[in-house]
This record gives sequence, C-alpha cells and structure tokens, in this order.
Amino acid sequence: MSDNNKKWFSLNLNFSSKQKSSSDSCGCGKTTGGCNSSTDNDVSHEEFLDAAVNASIGEERRKDGFEQVFDVKMDRRTAFKKLTASLMIGAGAVSTSCSMIAGEETKEKAQIDWEEQFKGNYKLMTDEEKQGTVDRLVRSYQLRTGKNISMSSKNAEEDVLFGYAFNISKCKGYMDCVNACVEENNQDRDSQMQYIRIHEMKEGKGFNFNEADDNYYHEVPAEGHFYMGTQCFHCDNPPCVEVCPVQATWREDDGLVVIDYDWCVGCRYCMAACPYDGRRFNWSKPEVPEEEVNKNQHYLGNRMRKKGVMEKCTFCVQRSRAGQNPACVEACPTGARIFGNLLDPESTIRWVLENKKVFRLKEDLGTEPKFWYFMD
Amino acid sequence: MEVIKVFGSLVKDSIDTITHGSKKYHLWMALLTFVMLVGMYCYSVQLEEGLSVTGMNDSVSWGLYISNFTFLVGVAAAAVILVMPTYVLKDVDFKQAVLIGEGLAVAALIMCLAFVVADMGGPSVLWHMLPGIGVFNFPNSMLAWDVIALNGYLLINITIPLYILFRHYQGKEAKPKVYIPGAFLSVFWAVGIHLVTAFLYQGLQAKPFWNNALLGPRFLASAFAAGPALIILVLAIIRTHTPFKIEDKTIKKIALVVTVAAQINLIMLVSELFKEFYAPTHHSESAYYLFFGLHGKNALMPWIWTAIPLNVLATILLTFHKLRNNFKVLFFACFILFVAIWIEKGFGLIVPGFIPGSYGKIVEYAPTSIEIGVTLGIWAMGAFVFTILARTAIGIEIGKLRYKK
Repeated sequence: MSDNNKKWFSLNLNFSSKQKSSSDSCGCGKTTGGCNSSTDNDVSHEEFLDAAVNASIGEERRKDGFEQVFDVKMDRRTAFKKLTASLMIGAGAVSTSCSMIAGEETKEKAQIDWEEQFKGNYKLMTDEEKQGTVDRLVRSYQLRTGKNISMSSKNAEEDVLFGYAFNISKCKGYMDCVNACVEENNQDRDSQMQYIRIHEMKEGKGFNFNEADDNYYHEVPAEGHFYMGTQCFHCDNPPCVEVCPVQATWREDDGLVVIDYDWCVGCRYCMAACPYDGRRFNWSKPEVPEEEVNKNQHYLGNRMRKKGVMEKCTFCVQRSRAGQNPACVEACPTGARIFGNLLDPESTIRWVLENKKVFRLKEDLGTEPKFWYFMD
Repeated sequence: MEVIKVFGSLVKDSIDTITHGSKKYHLWMALLTFVMLVGMYCYSVQLEEGLSVTGMNDSVSWGLYISNFTFLVGVAAAAVILVMPTYVLKDVDFKQAVLIGEGLAVAALIMCLAFVVADMGGPSVLWHMLPGIGVFNFPNSMLAWDVIALNGYLLINITIPLYILFRHYQGKEAKPKVYIPGAFLSVFWAVGIHLVTAFLYQGLQAKPFWNNALLGPRFLASAFAAGPALIILVLAIIRTHTPFKIEDKTIKKIALVVTVAAQINLIMLVSELFKEFYAPTHHSESAYYLFFGLHGKNALMPWIWTAIPLNVLATILLTFHKLRNNFKVLFFACFILFVAIWIEKGFGLIVPGFIPGSYGKIVEYAPTSIEIGVTLGIWAMGAFVFTILARTAIGIEIGKLRYKK
C-alpha cells in the first residue's frame, strides 16, 4: 500500500503533501507484486497511468470518503471534535482486531469487514483505492467460501459511449435475454429479480403498455401479439442520479448509470424518480446458489449485493468494458438486440440510428435515454 | 460554570417531575412504553429479514413510513402558527400555548426522523448521509435539502424553548433580544421544511400525480389545518389534567387559524379534482385509482371516501362561529379534521403516486402487521417525548420547578 492509500483510522490531518508525492510512483499504488498483478485486471500500464492522471484533475476525485473529510484545513476545535469521534470508533476496531481468542482468518475477516464498512464512495476513489476495495472483496469472498472470484475495477474508456437498440419486429418473446441476464448478473433467485421486462402487446392496439402483459407463461410468439423489452435505458440526463441524497449512483463517462452498492443507503428515492421502472431493490438478502455464481465480476456490475440496497442493469459493465456484448444481446436468438459504441461511426448501433426510424419511450420527460426502438 | 450547575439542576428536577405523578400518568407512560417495545420488536424483525416484511414492493416502493413522515413534517411546521403571533406580532394571547406548540414540533420532528430511518434499507450506513463525514448530494437532491431542513428546524425548536424555560427556571425573564431573531428564523424555516418536503415529490417527472405545482401550497394549507388542530386537542387535555392555565381566548384564536387553513385546503382540493376529472388525461390515472379504483382494484377507495367527507364536515363545522365557539363541537371538528388530513396527505398522497406503475401495471399496497407495529411504536415514542417535554415545561411555567441556590 502506498502512503496516500491511508485508511481512515490511520489519521493524519496534514498528509496532503504526501499524497502528491506518491502520484509519480507506480500508478497502481501497490508495493508488492508489481502493477496489474491481479490477473484479471486487463488495463494496460499506460491506460492505468492515464486514468490516474485523469483522476488527479479534480482534487476531490482523489480521495475516499474519510480523506475527503480529513484532508482539509481545519481549526483546532473541529479537528478535536472529529478526532474524538473517530477515536471512539477506532477503539472498537482495535478491540476486534486485537482479540487474543480469534484466529488469524477471523481477524482478517474482521479487519476487511471493518475497512469495507467505513470505506468511501467509489465514485470519488482514486484508482488505487478502487483496486484496494476490490482486493478486499475478493479476499473476503475467498475467506468466506473458499472459492476464488475475479473482480475488475476497470474505468470507462475514452471515446466510448454505450448505446442500445431494440428491434420490435424481431423480438418473439422467448425471454432468453432475461435468463441470460439473471445468470450473468447474479440476481437474487428467491425473489426472481429481473432487470429486463418483456411486454406482450396485442397487435392493432399500438404501444399500449396498460394492456400489455409482462408476466406471461405460454408458448411464444403468441398469435396476434408482438413483444417489446424494457430495462434501464441509461439516460443521458438520469433523474435517478439527481435525487440520490448520497451520490451512490452516477453516470460514468461511457454513459453507464451505475450504483455503488456499498454506499447506497436504501432510501429508494431513485426508484420513485425513474420513469422506466429501471431500478430494483433488494427487499431481502439476495440468494444465489454457490455453483451458479458468475465469478467474472466488476465492482459496479454483477458482484454480490446485500440486503437493502438498490441495483440495476449496467449493460453488463463487466462484459461491455471488456469489449464484449451484454449477456442479453448475446443470448437473443432473433438478433433483436443491438449494442455498441455510439461514438464509433462504423458501429452497428450507429448504422441503426442513421438508417432506421428510431424512437424512444417517454421522450417528453427530457431524460434522453440511450435506448432506441425501431422496426424493420 | 454557573450555567452548567443550573442546567444540571434543571435536568435533575425535570427527571424528578417526569418520574413522579398520578396513577393515570404512570398508566399512560407504561402504555406508551409497552407500545414502543412492541414497535422495537417489529423493527428488529425488519432489520433481520429486510424490508420484505413490509407491504412495499417493486411497484409501490414507499408506503406507511413515508406517508407518516410526510404528514408529520406538516405537524411540525405548524408550530410556527403559534410562534409568529406570540414573538413576532407581540400578541401575548398565545404565550402559554407556544411552548406546548414547540414541544409538539420537537416530538413530531423526532417521529419524522424515526420514520425515515425505519424506511431505510441500510440503517448501518446512514452516516453516508451526515453532512461532513458522508458525501452529500447538495444541492441536487431534495432529500439532502430535507435532511438539513429538518435537523435545522429541530435545533431551532429545541433551543428557543430551552432558553426561555432555562431563564424562567432561574426566576428571570427571558430576554426578547436573544430569542426574537430565532423566532423570526423559525417562521421562515417552518415554511421551508414543508415546501422542501413537498418538492421531494413535486420534482419527480416520473410521477404525474405528484408532479403538480399545487402540491407545495396544498401541503402548507393542510399542515396549518392539521397541526394547530392537534395543538387545540393537546391544550384541551392539558387544561383539564394540569393546573396550567390556558384561556378560552387562546384556543379560540388557534381555532380561527385552523378554520382559515381548512377552507383554503378545501378550495385547493376542488381545484385539483377539477383538473384531474374535467378533462382526464393519461396522467389522471392515479387520481382515478384513488377515488374510483382502476380495473377493479380499489384498495384506497374506502380511505379517501372517509377522508373527504370528514374534511368537508370539519370545515363546515368550523366555519360557523356559533359552532366553532362551542368547545365540544370544536374539539370534535379538530379531531375529524386531523384524521381526514392524516389519511389524505399520508397514504392518500404517497401510495397512489406509484399506482399505476411506470408501464401501467397496477400493484396494490397494504401495510403488514410488522409495518403497522413499527408505525405505532414511533407514534408512541412521539407521544412519550412530548409528554416529558410538556411536563417539564408546565412545571417551570407554573412555578413548581425553580432553581434553588
């Protein structure tokens, strides 16, 4: 761990100078194992440095939650107040981690839990801090289940803006996309959480969602019906992001609207603000059978969630940022789903937008979805 | 040092007062404690199992908790209706009532905060919301505004009465120069907390039922009807059970405030109904669901059709001077008005906002017993807090509690 990767309890009120010096050392911020020693981190060294430089543009983006607070000039009185508060919490930490009875692993678990409980908001973390929390989560999973997972913290790439198009003529309602999504994204099996809804609509009635059925159990395609899928539309002007009181959800530079599950307080204001039913809440502890867990994970994507937090479609960030199509696109047997980079003039999605008569849902709300519908 | 000593003695005396009393008083406090314990048990179940033990679901994602929160913000804001004439307009009539009103505001605010916490999916990470330690989405999120507004209002409503009581406890007059600026601030702040709470809903383009310019003003009108109505009822109880003197004149004046607010509230209701039903659009579906049901689903109909007649009846009773000046009629009118507004502005406002859902799906909502248990527990906590505050305040005001050097 480098100097600037201090945790909140190694309190140092004047370490802003140290922080600067470390930015010219290795970008990944690790002293052991060299850069990118975690095998699944497919960011190259240059990209990593680039991102680090990027991150250093805004002073705030470099700090995690506690550093955002402590790394400020303050008078003695406020410093004292904050010190007392943190000392009280710190005493608890010491007593858990120094307990004589607990074994090494229990101690490590407690230590990880502790750091995870009091870490900052992912959106404001430096790349090193992102890697730090990902390492902790991987280790924690290993300690708990004995299994290894890989988790990425890959940032948005430059000149990428993801978009999605849905061909209403082609969709036959097979729901393969829904199944693939659930499996890919480790959604709660108990409550049968699904990000995608397929609405079965009657021919000749237009797009009448009121009379559509999004919970059908019969052979498809049903006579006289057509199908239309909805999910999170990754709006360019997302109302859900505006309303979040703690900035636990935000729009990434490649257009993905993501959630930091560990920062979310579960107030469900975003759920009320979304006009597209794009967000889901974990009403109970999400359960995924161990053998069904998708172990290729991303911090902002399909890693395991907990009870009482929001989640949503991320266009499979763990796949899309690795150059793959989201699971729903890959699973669709009819080719109704098209995904790609809107900034790439050669992409299929751009061809669709330029050559088809596309439309979006509830455009009058000013949300600017990046999800278009079209017909052959 | 002197201040700390006096304050210590005040706390000691007040603990002495609240732990001693008549049999009736002890019975009341025991009852509240019991309900609070039941509420705590229900909350522990909710903490263990998650919010799935409530009636809320993916479609109706806010329910009884947020409904009560919304209503109680109004009750808290209404304390200002007593503060303004007393401290700002120098109308001494209300002086005895104002401490009670502020006590009520404090209790209502504590209930508000408790309801918000009860509604949270992750209460263990609530520190993310604390300004300073967490990351606050200010000024974008109305919920962030609300956290600041509510806590600020709580602070004002604790400090002003505390200062006045503290002076009276020592047998000194409270200096107007000290508390008048605070009183002025609280007048604006009260309007602020209620507008901000209304904006919380009003600002959502996804919910046409709330996305309505009248919501904020209507919140204020209904608050200034329901809040003082509750204060009248509380003053009536205090008058009969304690030696604390509250003149008829005071109650009559508050009744006038209730009347005017209830009338304005009714006018706004008519305006809203006209807009929804004269030329109904796709956006009127929530109102249709609330008043008439949609596709055979009508869980809220009995509630709203209780609330509207009660509301109208109370307003009519209050409008006639002869009826209003008869205290029996007045108390009855205040009671039904309070109930009517609790229904109308509680789940009569919150739940239909989610029905029909984003794509027209109708999923109904009914609170579970766990949810009702937590809700009753929080109401009992509010009553408990208020009883303690009022008992101390009354003790000081009638001169029973005095600092002995």
